[in-house]
Amino acid sequence: MRRAARWLAAHDRVRAWGLLAPGTLWLLAFFVLPVAIMGAYSAMERGLYGGVEPGFTLASYARFFDPLYLRILGRTLWLAALTTLLCVVIGYPVAYAIAGAGRWKHALLFLVVLPFWTSFLVRTYAIMFLLRDSGLVNSALLALSLIDEPLTLLYTPGAVLAGLVYGYLPFMVLPVYASLEKLDPALLEAAESLGARPVAGFLRVTLPLSLPGLVAGSLLVFIPSLGAFLTPDLLGGARQVMIGNLVQQQFGAGRDWPFGSAASFILMALVLAVVYVFLHRGAGALPEEVE
Amino acid sequence: MRRPPWWVAGLTAVTLCLLHLPIAVLIASSFNRSRFAMRWDGFTLDWYSRLLERGDILEALRASLVVALVSTLLATVFGTLIALGLARHAFPGRRIYQGLLYLPIVTPEIVVGISLLVLFATAGVTLGLGTITIAHVAFNISFVAVVVLARLHGNGRDLEEAAMDLGAGPLTTFFRVTLPQILPGVIAGALLAFTMSFDDFVITFFVAGVGSTTLPLLVYSMVRRGVEPTINAISTIILAVTTIAILIAYRLREGESS
Repeated sequence: MRRAARWLAAHDRVRAWGLLAPGTLWLLAFFVLPVAIMGAYSAMERGLYGGVEPGFTLASYARFFDPLYLRILGRTLWLAALTTLLCVVIGYPVAYAIAGAGRWKHALLFLVVLPFWTSFLVRTYAIMFLLRDSGLVNSALLALSLIDEPLTLLYTPGAVLAGLVYGYLPFMVLPVYASLEKLDPALLEAAESLGARPVAGFLRVTLPLSLPGLVAGSLLVFIPSLGAFLTPDLLGGARQVMIGNLVQQQFGAGRDWPFGSAASFILMALVLAVVYVFLHRGAGALPEEVE
Repeated sequence: MRRPPWWVAGLTAVTLCLLHLPIAVLIASSFNRSRFAMRWDGFTLDWYSRLLERGDILEALRASLVVALVSTLLATVFGTLIALGLARHAFPGRRIYQGLLYLPIVTPEIVVGISLLVLFATAGVTLGLGTITIAHVAFNISFVAVVVLARLHGNGRDLEEAAMDLGAGPLTTFFRVTLPQILPGVIAGALLAFTMSFDDFVITFFVAGVGSTTLPLLVYSMVRRGVEPTINAISTIILAVTTIAILIAYRLREGESS
């Protein structure tokens, strides 16, 4: 026993693998393998009642180039991009304000983070509850006589957008805050002593130095938005289909597992491509630790 | 950082209010006798007491808790071991492994869920609470590992080496030196895993099968049928459970950094 212990102590690598083994095996079996099988399915024939039949075909991928599905891809990219943009516009000032808030920093951060940690389903439902015809927004507008009958707020692209921005805003605020927090005030003071006005100081000192946070935040918003499923499902109805919904349909009523697998694979490839681009374009710009 | 201009501060205040408005309305409505948010008909706990009458809701809650507890336990153990292995040992491919560890986090939930459905279908495994638990462990390992890893940064092995020098065996060292050191990080990771499991919808949706339901799945099917105040009550309870878990995790962080 003692000899084994000493041998283990001397062989660092073995200890490392020993520690990594259980988790790694689980991930290999229940993450890597499933994705690989899904990849295989995407190139197989469609089974009659769902599932797959043996036979190699790339028909599913070819089918994706139908304008109908390309439109869904386009809508997904567009909504994700718009969500990211809105999160930048709304989130940057918030991060800026919190970074300059002195002793209120932690409390404010907590307020921003708290909704994010609660159930996404509940938060999406909360937006549904708010935007429906008899919801608070419409009721308030009616009460103020600003409208005559309820506006259709739900099941619109705007509702999906609102849901996505609402859901992912904290993902933008936190990294931007992190990089603003690290900003050395001396740099801004130096700029001002050289004659820069506040706006110039912001544009030429603060903004560029907070770029890593913006890049990280954009990544953290864009990626999940691409794979959004619940938000367009609950807030968008049948009309605001994104790739996530398309995939789900194929495994549900659509009964086209190969096509669903192909769409899923395309989504994953898209996500990995975005990650790759972000990491390499902003490689030097990314902060080491994103809390 | 210097104080922000007044309009930025104002914008922030508005944003924060809007961020909490939907949830606040939801919680308030769960106590509202009226079904309509605008009209306050009086405080009531009716919607909550109705929950107790619904066997399906209680069953789903029980299922969610069991799955969350089991999957959190497994994921925390696996994730912590991985974090320890990565932080304290050098081995070839370490950087690559660390990068790959982020894959489950980055991969869209729908892809993870579908691929697991495909796996279970191919293997002929019946979908149920077991498959849900397996799925939750799978996606939580990375989260726990990343959280614990962040805590281990800079936590040297000095104390362990000192203990070993004093004659402590590897197991003793682990339980009496390593574990207490990393415990706050491990608990934070565990709490994160718990909330992620308890709240999970998308992945669970695809691996749940017909017979089993978790609370999020039940809420989803209720929402699909139409808005009703009982949903507000369940939602408030879900919010309460996860908020408490988050508060504990936050307290631990504050306590550790001070």
